[in-house]
Amino acid sequence: MIVSAIASVSSRKMLRTVVYLLFVLAGVAGIFFLIDYNFLAAVQLTVYGGGIVVLMIFSVLLVHHIEMKLEVAKLSKRIVTALFCAIGAGVFISTIYTYDFQVTDSTKTTTTAEIGTGLLSYEAGGFILPFEVISVLLLAVMIGAIIIAKGKKLETNKDEIT
Amino acid sequence: MIEGVTIYEILGLSSILFFIGVYGFITRKNLISILISVELILNASVVNFVVINKYVYPDMLQGVYVSIFIIAVAAAETALAVSIIINLYRQINSVEVRDTEIMKH
Repeated sequence: MIVSAIASVSSRKMLRTVVYLLFVLAGVAGIFFLIDYNFLAAVQLTVYGGGIVVLMIFSVLLVHHIEMKLEVAKLSKRIVTALFCAIGAGVFISTIYTYDFQVTDSTKTTTTAEIGTGLLSYEAGGFILPFEVISVLLLAVMIGAIIIAKGKKLETNKDEIT
Repeated sequence: MIEGVTIYEILGLSSILFFIGVYGFITRKNLISILISVELILNASVVNFVVINKYVYPDMLQGVYVSIFIIAVAAAETALAVSIIINLYRQINSVEVRDTEIMKH
């Protein structure tokens, strides 16, 4: 998974980076399956693996020639960035390993019904308000995407007609 | 929880994933590659939420809700960004960062 992640930010062929990203997302879904959140793994696979990756492949195919090599940053800049990222990751990991997590042993399996009722409950701890907000956000994004992707074309068409 | 895998290992993995995303975000020169890096970063945060929820508070589901919201927001963001990129490509015939100097056309 890590190898695919590194490959997806360093490969120079555009389409390959998207495929490596797909491998990373499938690996994350595998982690979700292993810790028993089956619903979340299914959401991850459908939304990321099915939706986002297909969208990206389409945009890559629309925008690029497949064999076109990507431009990469200068070697010195890449090395400096990699160094800073390694330092940051080292700080993160050392902090994580020094913190004492209160790990509780539990083999409880959550069902999808529990997630659904929790997501839609009005009581304390319910998540109905963010749920509604996210649905409005999705609607707004859908309209915005349609307008942005189509607006220019429609205007030119109108000009041609008149 | 996974037998034989501690929370430290998974959290370390997700932070490595996060920094790979940051590295790609800084070094790539292409809008779609930057979008891919942002996806990596968001996915690392989702793994963190889920793993901490499972290992530390296994009786609650808050982390699962939050990660579902993160996935939804990431999908929306990707759709919008792809539409903007395609519109930009239609206008200036390029998706390199240094060529995108117009905000309005």
